[in-house]
Amino acid sequence: MSERRLADLLAMWRIRAFEEKVRDLRAEGSIVGSVHLCIGQEAIPVGACDALEPEDALFATYRGHGWAIARGVPVTPLFAELMGRATGVNGGRGGSAYFTAADHGFHGENSIVGAGAPIACGAALAGRFDGSGRAAVTVFGDGAMNQGAVHEAMNFAAAFDLPVVFVCENNGYSELTPIADMVRSDRLAGRAAAYGMPGHRIDGNDAEAVRFHMRDALEVAREGGGPTLLECVTERIAGHYIGDAETYRRPGEMDRIRRREPITRLREGLLADGVPAAEIDAVETRARGEIDTAARTALAAPLADPATVKEHLYA
Amino acid sequence: MPEMSGTGEVRKLSYGEAVNAALHRLMEELPETLVYGEDVGEPGGVFGVTRGLRKQYGDRAFDTPISESAILGSAVGAAMMGRRPIVEIMWADFSLVALDQIVNQAANVRYVSNGRLAAPLTIRTQQGGAPGACAQHSQCLEALFLHVPGLRVCMPSTPQDAYDLLVTAVHSDDPVLVVENRMLYFGAKEEVRVGGAAGPMGGARVRRSGTDATVVTWGAITARVLEAAESLAGEGVDVEVLETPWLNPFDTEAVTAGAARTGRLAVVHEANVTGGFGAEVVARVTESGVPLSAPPLRVGTPDTRMPAAPVLAEALVPDAARIARELRALVRGAS
Repeated sequence: MSERRLADLLAMWRIRAFEEKVRDLRAEGSIVGSVHLCIGQEAIPVGACDALEPEDALFATYRGHGWAIARGVPVTPLFAELMGRATGVNGGRGGSAYFTAADHGFHGENSIVGAGAPIACGAALAGRFDGSGRAAVTVFGDGAMNQGAVHEAMNFAAAFDLPVVFVCENNGYSELTPIADMVRSDRLAGRAAAYGMPGHRIDGNDAEAVRFHMRDALEVAREGGGPTLLECVTERIAGHYIGDAETYRRPGEMDRIRRREPITRLREGLLADGVPAAEIDAVETRARGEIDTAARTALAAPLADPATVKEHLYA
Repeated sequence: MPEMSGTGEVRKLSYGEAVNAALHRLMEELPETLVYGEDVGEPGGVFGVTRGLRKQYGDRAFDTPISESAILGSAVGAAMMGRRPIVEIMWADFSLVALDQIVNQAANVRYVSNGRLAAPLTIRTQQGGAPGACAQHSQCLEALFLHVPGLRVCMPSTPQDAYDLLVTAVHSDDPVLVVENRMLYFGAKEEVRVGGAAGPMGGARVRRSGTDATVVTWGAITARVLEAAESLAGEGVDVEVLETPWLNPFDTEAVTAGAARTGRLAVVHEANVTGGFGAEVVARVTESGVPLSAPPLRVGTPDTRMPAAPVLAEALVPDAARIARELRALVRGAS
């Protein structure tokens, strides 16, 4: 049991170390542009991706670095992508908000809020005809629950019993605005009933809980039972974007968030179960070492070649 | 008996029947195709264009909720995964509620993934004026989509092109918007060669030869341009009519060569003038340096909203008489 939790811890540390390195590289100017970090939300991709099969399709958002990493996309080409390198996972055409690696079952981030939901329905629809047994997962934030495209997608998937899992990462803020101020009921999973599908509000800071519900939802989906909405409650230990002054935070809020964030919680759980502190700390050291090496390798790669800039517009 | 040959057979089909024949052929020859949209399955489409597909191909042809974002977005996702969805947006005006999935999503898939993904979907829609069509069912929106790199756009006006362009569109590995016209669906039957190999994209059609001016046009208004050209011929004004059913890719060379031959250029489209694709055509010919003996001319609907009353709408959309008048002035000089 502690073995799996140590594996979760390593997977979460890889994401966090990646994101913290991205923040440093952005500060020093090696990365430019808008970047949205998922620090504090790592348990959701780690738990969810563990339940996915290789043939499944995953659609994330611009806060999707953690999803790409958890899906198994190597971190060196991800760093290279952020730094505009030729070796970037998308040759520098995608950037922070459009990581795409279909060969790893990662069908892309998206910087239009909610846009991935209808696209995931199509990936699931394709599976009905290609014999792959594919399920599709679309990830979005609480803010996307107020987008028309997400409503259309949920109804479309439900009407046709499509194998789609809708994963809502509810971090309490729609960009800079509290979700509670933007809805009558902030129990977002409750909306699932209106579409005739199951909806679960779960602890998004517990990778094991996410894994459990994801497996369940995927099993239902693959058996023809249609879509499920998983509202994974979590908190962002970062601004909406790098540079966000976070003036919307209430006094003491960040201290409370740090006490219940997933890595701290898992560490405390492991200690309580008698796992030696040195063994737990070695996980962080290992993850940071991998990330540092990857960042250095990416930084040393050549910049994307402007002579290729018009390639890949059309077939 | 239909004429049979190695390149297909010839059948007498209306424009709408030609689209239907193309859809049947594509469902037959490409097992990865799907046809869906609002009312396209059991009812066979509000214009009957998708008739018979549901019966013949079962679950590969189906009705959807009235959800353009879900229709277009799912087509993007299915296309990414290797299907070739052919989705219908009942009226081009309705695409506006789901532009994100066309402009931000479909058009970006190949480029931002550095070619690791593709979105070979075809969007069929229809547009344009018709008697009694109201403001939200009559717009000509091709210029909006022609401004978007990554999309292919065509606008057939004959039964043969309705068939051929759809076949080419669905065989393409890029997102293609096929803009049909409901006034043409039920037009006269013409001989259509069906079943031949899918043709390449692009190209222009010389619908009428002439020496005094080159008139570039596309869509349903092509028929009015030809009517105007014939009436002018009786007065000794002889214009070339060049229809460009493919707008992206656009055959700039054919247009420039025509303008070079005749020394005069006009573009006629049903869309309103400002920001219309006619402006782009004029700019390309002008930039090419081809000498023109008269300033280039754009003929289109005035920049206004579209009224419902037929008598009001007819006052806006260029008819053959207005087109003839403007072309006459182009050739003979303003009088």
